[in-house]
Amino acid sequence: MHELPVTESILDIVLKNAKKNDVKKIVTIYLNVGELSDLEEEWMQKYFQYLSKGTLAETAQLSFIVDKNDLGKIQCPKCNEEKCTLKSGKEYYIKNMEVI
Amino acid sequence: MDEIRLIEVKEEIHADNKVVAEKLRDRMAAEKTFLLNLMSSPGAGKTTLILKTIETIKDDLRMGVIEADIDSIVDAEKVAAAGIEAIQLRTGGFCHLDASMVEKGLNGLDLSVLDMVIIENVGNLVCPAEFDTGAIKNVMILSVPEGDDKPLKYPLMFSVCDVLLVNKIDYLEASDFNMTALNERVLALNPDIKIFQTSSKTGQGIEDWAAWLREATTTFIR
Repeated sequence: MHELPVTESILDIVLKNAKKNDVKKIVTIYLNVGELSDLEEEWMQKYFQYLSKGTLAETAQLSFIVDKNDLGKIQCPKCNEEKCTLKSGKEYYIKNMEVI
Repeated sequence: MDEIRLIEVKEEIHADNKVVAEKLRDRMAAEKTFLLNLMSSPGAGKTTLILKTIETIKDDLRMGVIEADIDSIVDAEKVAAAGIEAIQLRTGGFCHLDASMVEKGLNGLDLSVLDMVIIENVGNLVCPAEFDTGAIKNVMILSVPEGDDKPLKYPLMFSVCDVLLVNKIDYLEASDFNMTALNERVLALNPDIKIFQTSSKTGQGIEDWAAWLREATTTFIR
């Protein structure tokens, strides 16, 4: 649902980091994504291409690494209780990026 | 040829909003003003319920309201007509409020004379659930005509709220809404949520909800 504003944040963050590190071009951006995130990767790549035109990140690829747990449902891994509060699973985190 | 190198970034997206939201909570604590974020789908009865709530507690607590809509100022006018200070935020197409927008709204109110500010978020069960507004408590309304299956369709909204108001219970008789099924679905997502059944039309349940709000506010501003 929030692919556009999230993609804008990604671009802001990578450009800020590119500036700090004297980067000429951003090649790949690696994102850690919580398993429960409902953001559509295909749309994010499309939005990214659009938003990044004319910047160092113009041709960069987004690479999504999904943090999996193998429970298959929302369940506490310690006590197997299903009635619990969700603390993580929806994160979106820029891990690192390949640059020239 | 230039070599490709790897740069560590390690930054969370939405981190900016979280920082603004935390700052806002600190500010509310310093001002001793409780901030409540009220969310629901369009037409669930947010504005009418706010008016009913104002009627019930305005003699005990000094209240202000931030209204958010994509367009129009009708909600703020209704609240202002009830004698309550109201600010209308026009989100201009934005489907939710974030903490910096709420901050702008709060800047338009004199917090030193207010015990509580209610944010009436944009009518939407999806987007507002994803953005921390800086509120102290999150409350949602589900109205009976919307059906008891909404927790299955919009689980995040039910997960992030401290209180659920099942509103328009005066429609219960004419519908096949299953309150037991609803409660089970909601509690499976969020065992700590407090559920009240309300009707702005008959006034049923409004006292109980107002008592919770009064208690939450006085605890915070004490």
